[in-house]
Amino acid sequence: MTKRFMTLDGNEACALVAHKINEVIAIYPITPSSAMGEWADQYSAEGKTNIWGAVPLVIEMQSEGGAAGSVHGALQAGALTTTFTASQGLLLMIPNMYKIAGELTSTVFHIAARSLATQALSIFGDHSDVMAARSTGFAQLFANSVQEITDFALIATAATLEARVPFLHIFDGFRSSHEVNKAELLDDDVLRAMISDELVRAHRARALTPDKPVIRGTAQNPDVYFQGRESANPFYLATPGIVQKTMDRFAALTGRQYHLFDYVGAPDAERVIVIMGSGAEATHETVDYLTARGEKVGLLKVRLYRPFAVEAFLQALPASVRAIAVLDRTKEPGAAGEPLYQDVVTAVAEGLANQTASFATMPKIIGGRYGLSSKEFTPAMIKAVFDELGKEKPKNHFTVGINDDVTFTSLAYDESFIIEPDDVVRAVFYGLGADGTVGANKNSIKIIGEDTDNYAQAYFVYDSKKSGSVTVSHLRFGPRPIRSTYQVNSANFIGVHQFNFVEKFDVLRLAAPGATLLLNSPYGPDEVWDYLPRSMQQTIIDKKLKFYVLDGYEVARKTGMGRRINTIMQTGFFALSGVLPPDEAIAAIKHTIEKTYGNRGERVVQMNNAAVDAARDHLFEVKVPAEATSTFERSLTLPAHAPEFVKSVTARIIEGLGDLLPVSAMPVDGTYPVGTTKWEKRNITTEIPVWDPDVCIQCGKCALVCPHGVIREKIYDAALLHNAPPTFKSTEARFKEFKGMQFTLQIAPEDCTGCSLCVEVCPAKNKQQPKFKAINMAPQLPLRESERQNWEFFLSLPNVDRTQLPLGQVKFNQLLEPLFEFSGACAGCGETPYLKLLSQLFGDRALIANATGCSSIYGGNLPTTPWTVNEEGRGPAWSNSLFEDNAEFGLGMRVALDQRLETATHLLRQMDDLIDEELCEAILYADQVTEADIRAQRGRVAELKHRLRELIARGDLDTAVVRTLENLLSVADVFVKKNVWIVGGDGWAYDIGYGGLDHVLASGRNVNVLVLDTEVYSNTGGQMSKATPRGAVAKFAAAGKPIAKKDLGMLAVSYGNVYVARVAFGANDAQTVRAFLEAEAYDGPSLIIAYSHCIAHGYDLKFGLEQQKAAVESAYWPLFRYNPDLLAEGKNPFQLDSRAPKLPLDQYMYREGRFRMLTQSHPERAAKLLELAQADVQTRWQRYEELAAKVPGGNGKGD
Amino acid sequence: MDLSTTYLGLKLKNPLVPSSSPLSRSLDNLRRMEDAGAAAVVLYSLFEEQITLESELLDQYLTHGTESYAEALSYFPNAPEYQTGPDSYLEHVRRAKEALDIPIIGSLNGVSTGGWINYARKIEQAGADALELNVYYLPTDVNLGSAAVEQIYLDILHDVKTAVSIPVAIKLNPYFSAMANMARRLSDAGADGLVLFNRFYQPDLDPVNLEIVPHLVLSNSHELRLPLRWIAILYGRISADLALTTGVHTVQDVVKGVMAGASATMMASELLQRGVGRLGEILADLRRWLEEYEYDSLAQMKGSLSQINCAEPAAFERANYMRVLSSFSVREVYN
Repeated sequence: MTKRFMTLDGNEACALVAHKINEVIAIYPITPSSAMGEWADQYSAEGKTNIWGAVPLVIEMQSEGGAAGSVHGALQAGALTTTFTASQGLLLMIPNMYKIAGELTSTVFHIAARSLATQALSIFGDHSDVMAARSTGFAQLFANSVQEITDFALIATAATLEARVPFLHIFDGFRSSHEVNKAELLDDDVLRAMISDELVRAHRARALTPDKPVIRGTAQNPDVYFQGRESANPFYLATPGIVQKTMDRFAALTGRQYHLFDYVGAPDAERVIVIMGSGAEATHETVDYLTARGEKVGLLKVRLYRPFAVEAFLQALPASVRAIAVLDRTKEPGAAGEPLYQDVVTAVAEGLANQTASFATMPKIIGGRYGLSSKEFTPAMIKAVFDELGKEKPKNHFTVGINDDVTFTSLAYDESFIIEPDDVVRAVFYGLGADGTVGANKNSIKIIGEDTDNYAQAYFVYDSKKSGSVTVSHLRFGPRPIRSTYQVNSANFIGVHQFNFVEKFDVLRLAAPGATLLLNSPYGPDEVWDYLPRSMQQTIIDKKLKFYVLDGYEVARKTGMGRRINTIMQTGFFALSGVLPPDEAIAAIKHTIEKTYGNRGERVVQMNNAAVDAARDHLFEVKVPAEATSTFERSLTLPAHAPEFVKSVTARIIEGLGDLLPVSAMPVDGTYPVGTTKWEKRNITTEIPVWDPDVCIQCGKCALVCPHGVIREKIYDAALLHNAPPTFKSTEARFKEFKGMQFTLQIAPEDCTGCSLCVEVCPAKNKQQPKFKAINMAPQLPLRESERQNWEFFLSLPNVDRTQLPLGQVKFNQLLEPLFEFSGACAGCGETPYLKLLSQLFGDRALIANATGCSSIYGGNLPTTPWTVNEEGRGPAWSNSLFEDNAEFGLGMRVALDQRLETATHLLRQMDDLIDEELCEAILYADQVTEADIRAQRGRVAELKHRLRELIARGDLDTAVVRTLENLLSVADVFVKKNVWIVGGDGWAYDIGYGGLDHVLASGRNVNVLVLDTEVYSNTGGQMSKATPRGAVAKFAAAGKPIAKKDLGMLAVSYGNVYVARVAFGANDAQTVRAFLEAEAYDGPSLIIAYSHCIAHGYDLKFGLEQQKAAVESAYWPLFRYNPDLLAEGKNPFQLDSRAPKLPLDQYMYREGRFRMLTQSHPERAAKLLELAQADVQTRWQRYEELAAKVPGGNGKGD
Repeated sequence: MDLSTTYLGLKLKNPLVPSSSPLSRSLDNLRRMEDAGAAAVVLYSLFEEQITLESELLDQYLTHGTESYAEALSYFPNAPEYQTGPDSYLEHVRRAKEALDIPIIGSLNGVSTGGWINYARKIEQAGADALELNVYYLPTDVNLGSAAVEQIYLDILHDVKTAVSIPVAIKLNPYFSAMANMARRLSDAGADGLVLFNRFYQPDLDPVNLEIVPHLVLSNSHELRLPLRWIAILYGRISADLALTTGVHTVQDVVKGVMAGASATMMASELLQRGVGRLGEILADLRRWLEEYEYDSLAQMKGSLSQINCAEPAAFERANYMRVLSSFSVREVYN
């Protein structure tokens, strides 16, 4: 049989196998496992069959709980069924997993293991999730590499069919799921030979069928439950043997032999590391290195963790072992040790007691934690563990890879211990997400892996921004399989694909002596030197780097590639790395271009090919001068007035040096200061808006739509301008309320993302040259310094008194300071303007419960948060609990506030005579409707607190009284109105959190729910939700969603006591503002469903507002408000705020990629779905019109 | 009554041919055209620019925002096949050929030399009986002289004629400084037919919103006169067949066109406004007209009022202009 190699990532490797040997696949997207479900869906969409000739059915569920339930049901009905998940998703499956295991049901869940949300959420890899599932009764089989993922996906499935014990097939999230590596694929013949038809038939025979009915899933009592629980023991006892037998059969077919525990290292090793997961690969590499140098060290890879086969474990350890370090990639606070450590201690103790161990004396056993949340795990750290084992009294319960300066658990390690072999090429590329660097590198590594004899590996690191995100690619290739499961730490090729990175990052930190540096430079080989920071020049000289420049953007411009320099820089890499002869390299790149872009049309292929050809002519070597000559340095300087935490912690994370922060630097409970985005100054755009005061009509629309809060307005006394910077702009305020005062619209030049929504929305045009508006885009660089000064000056001007403003009008409410600014959301994001508005209107008194999703990432992903405070130090208090529970989480906040108010009221009433009865009455019966009311109440509460402090300090009051006063003081702030906002996306509101949302709306409590409806799971990459419209292409709806979007608003309206609004700020900002104000004012549950244009809709987001208009004008997104308060006034509570459809639906839909793509992939189906979608719109419009026309009180049409 | 005519070497049963318009996107419309009596049909144009744009747009959808953020490395499923190229157009040609008995004339608007040649070949292979080159080109470059512009037309024609063996017509705009000479050169270069004239959509200005707005105005019978004049002038002087398009709305327009020398009279606006069935009415009118004025056949009237056959050849030239002027006051003309 010919060997078939492929260079692919772990998720694809797993999906390839799982899709072939299952019939039903029920999934729910969650990072880092989402891609497995997406691959499976794609295979089925392409008609690919399993080994029995059927196309597996892939179904996306509403949550992992739902997926697990469907899996359970499908299994009970006899289908070979699987799922893919991770982290919280696995936790949601646990209830079903107990059932599935308890019923001895054969299945494999493939897990890209990921951290759990604790003090913080993390999408990255460790074993916290699978360790939380270890008591479910599922077997656990760990794969450590892409090859092993391929192999174990099959072995686990073959074994579960025989053992009847269900399996978790586990590999490390990101490190293995996203690492690209060369692996030998499994032929269908191997799959068929491994998956016994007889066992498949037995699985089916156990299915529920009315033809032979049984009952399964009974309830049992104390008399028999226990015995029933023990009845499955023989199956668990047999499982390790079955797995080993399966591994042996697999070896006979493929030549790759695995064992329950695989030992690597010196046969007479004294020091042994026990580990499972990808860290075993780095350990394997390190052990090879150390044993070659005579060290008596070894490694025991745990493959089958559950059931833990004690005998096999003991037999696998060398008899010479004296000291064992057990490494756990998880943390179990308060435990005697982490799970694997405890198992090893128990196994060794039992072995010695039973005399089944090969060694006679108890070895030293220490346990340690490593690699949480994909923390790097390098040979240097592994060496430190071996060194620790050699000590007389090694540290137990240690950590490695961090600096624990609090409880001193960490082992020190020598960073200079680098074992990268010379015959492996190691390349590191710094790029932007938008420039295509990662995509090109994925193609490069495929070319190297598949067109040469080299083994190849690639791993990609992304920052957590959705705009201007920086990517770092780590590529290796060489003559042997690559086990280096850590980032390149000594590179002999450095590609810097953005010139401005040289000013921001130490891009040569990883350069090995003599390495090649390729810089995408607008400056030619003779002039580039003068534009490099001095330290970079010095490093180039000291490390004797070979230095090349390629003007990627010039080539891109000439060849129509725009900002995509991917294939251009890729050509430079191949030309310099010499991995292939030049012509072969070009041919290979072009072949990959055809494969990658072929389905997008000839034009795209031609453009890329032209770019490749042109790139070669623009690659130049730079003659490196003998001395560093620059007078400038890299800069990341924070102003002196930045808070200490920002300077010592946040700034380091921004710089990419977070790994160096010690434990003591971290808040103990995940609590962080707000208002930190303002220190980042990301400078990610080449163009910023510039205000023209002469044309401006001061309407506030640009400020309202700005997704990043970089456009601000102030009205102030002209006298304050006396020390304004020379280019600071000002004009007379066009507000009759502010006669004689000055108005300024100022842009934050370094925080803008350049989305240009402000220019699109601006209604004022220059009469001489209508191509100019009151706000126009201009190059940022020439303006950066002057506008920075202007921005600083602007901030020093006073804010307008909010109590003086009629907040219902955009013109006025945009004078309010936003308390949500400079988020890392996509440039042009359609969600953030709503959050900014919320923060302007109510931020000083809002608690925000934020569902996991885009808004929790740009809202709360370190290093910084956009949520900030006003000059009084008040601002939104924000928290993210989980994805599925957000409505309940917010309701909890509400009831806590309500209860605290009860307590405070009770205490106040107890003490009112002592305090001041009049003041207390005023506090208890205060109106808190307007801004002025709230300010007055704040004054009263301040006075109350002042008096309380005075009373407490008096010293002559009874202790019990003082205690009551102190208690009252601690809760007094609750007398000022607080409101709860429950914020999340449609994935939460329509799908995973719908049950909770429904319950919270039905509770009648005063909460405000804001659904940022992008009609798709945006944060995980565009999977279909129940908000996805009919006819849209999304993941799991590749052929267009056949079913119409759920009308969440009408479901809420059906309660009668819920305030409901459907808004689209780009279509009608006044209606949006009205809805926000009414929702807050309504003393009960409110729901605002907000149209949010999104990158996942497939068009340039600068047209987002136009699309919102089209959505409303076509009645795709009718605007309405349902206000139960109107009923009391005898009016119709349902007010339709948009007009009858005047635009055919296709004129809205076909301007967006998500709809248009279907006309290119399934033209006839697209036409049919359009027809149905148009009918949906008409039917719904009629229904709304009828509702709006209902009595009482006229036709209910909004004004 | 013999209404037959020959255009591009194709024997047409009458001179009525629906010109290139969105109507021909639907196979049902094409069938209705044939049923109404259309002698041939020119399909809507395959725009190379559109193909390029679709390809670039699709690439944008599939690329934008990808590989930037660890949780969302892409935003769309990657379908194995998209119809981005000319495939859907070619499929339409094939289906039209299968469904209809009348000749199918493909229409092509290219950009690059490669595009003109490649797509022309493909349209021929898809089964089109002839090809109309829709050279929709507005020479806005102030540095581009008339000779260079004329050469562009000749080059395109040459490239396409070399690439295909089906008859090729070229649709022209009326803005050549030496229209007659240009027509002759195209004819000499192998054009089987000239289609007079292409109608450019003239944008309008919105004085309130200070915007340029696209403005689609359908033609009317008054617009007939420009092509009518040039067909009358060219008839008998060049070997290429002449087709009249723009301003054909009534039977009088058809008759005038044939009398000026057109082998085919093409219409779109009339069918867009009044439905495809209108073609049948005009055809019936034409038959009646010929009978009423006692013509034996359509051929008998062809070119009868062309410049070479008419009684007043000078009427097509400058004198015509002078006389028209004299019939109005100067004020009226210039207002």
